Amino acid sequence: MSTLYTRRTLLQGMGLLSLGLLAGCDGSSKLSFKYGKDLSDKIMGRNFKLKDTQGETRMLGSYRGMMPMIFFGFTQCPAVCPTTLARAAQAKKLMGRDGERLQVIFITLDPERDTPELLDKYVKAFDPSFEALYGTLEETAATAKEFGVFFEKVPSGDTYTLSHTATSFVFDSRGNLRLGLSTSLTAKECAEDLLTVMEVC
Amino acid sequence: MNAPLAKNRFAQRCKQLALGLSLIGMSWQVLAQTQIEDAWVRATVAGQPSSGAFMTLTASEDSKLLSVQSPVAKTVQIHQSSMQDDVMKMQQVQSVALPAGKPVSFDPHGYHIMLMNLTAQIKEGDKVPLTLTVENAKGEKETIQVEAVAKALDTMDHSKMTHDHSKMN
Repeated sequence: MSTLYTRRTLLQGMGLLSLGLLAGCDGSSKLSFKYGKDLSDKIMGRNFKLKDTQGETRMLGSYRGMMPMIFFGFTQCPAVCPTTLARAAQAKKLMGRDGERLQVIFITLDPERDTPELLDKYVKAFDPSFEALYGTLEETAATAKEFGVFFEKVPSGDTYTLSHTATSFVFDSRGNLRLGLSTSLTAKECAEDLLTVMEVC
Repeated sequence: MNAPLAKNRFAQRCKQLALGLSLIGMSWQVLAQTQIEDAWVRATVAGQPSSGAFMTLTASEDSKLLSVQSPVAKTVQIHQSSMQDDVMKMQQVQSVALPAGKPVSFDPHGYHIMLMNLTAQIKEGDKVPLTLTVENAKGEKETIQVEAVAKALDTMDHSKMTHDHSKMN
């Protein structure tokens, strides 16, 4: 439990936190992340409108007060998608109580094959709090474009697989894009940077 | 009278020795195969039509993996994923080179075996039979059976798991 460094972060971050309350939250302030990429100056992913597995319309504003972490993938992905979702679940645990504010969102790039039922079962196998979103092909393409996410179908035999961007995008609780986490990072590294986002907003 | 008998016995011993040596040679041949270690399959949720199989293959002589078959999947393909600028690229490959004595790992970061059009859900703990066909430089084919254990859907790959575990304790 020594890695639940939320207390330490809280204590050490008190000063930073008050500073953050004054200076942060406007989306323009730069953050220094140890491992991830600072995306504070990027305007991305603000206008997506998709459906959750219950059929409810979801937008970035639906997650106000939470810290959304968005990852694009597909359930037939054998490697990077389950590994990244497993890492997200682990990072959430490492963050302790602060992890309760982390909302992991999986957006399918394969809405033709990923049904809402399958998506729901899939993401909840990693953590019951995880959400999956889907749209039509057009909505999916528009959302990916908004995030600068590349994806393309790769034919293989009589079926297909997908190549796609594997970055996890993190917003602060006011809906400002903050952090990009690459797949090369560990759960602990992600947790540290996620707590930095939290300190600010 | 005794000399020819002794000669005969000597000849017999020689034959036995030769037979023994050839047997050892044959068993060496049997050992000179492709070894498979740590074979596992990622479990699926109900309705998920595909999954991946992972393992480490070591061939004793220069060979290549040609194909894989499994009763749990209607289609089995060998895929290669690679990461460039955080974009995961995926492609099907026709074969994978297995250089003599060099372990080639099939893991979530490189080559992996795609089990597609699954006939049923793969549950954690299931034993999934796989048949691998390997061909050596002379064109001789070898088929290897292996039972891959199904690990939880949220299993992280080996290296990272040990990494994180060491940090978690």
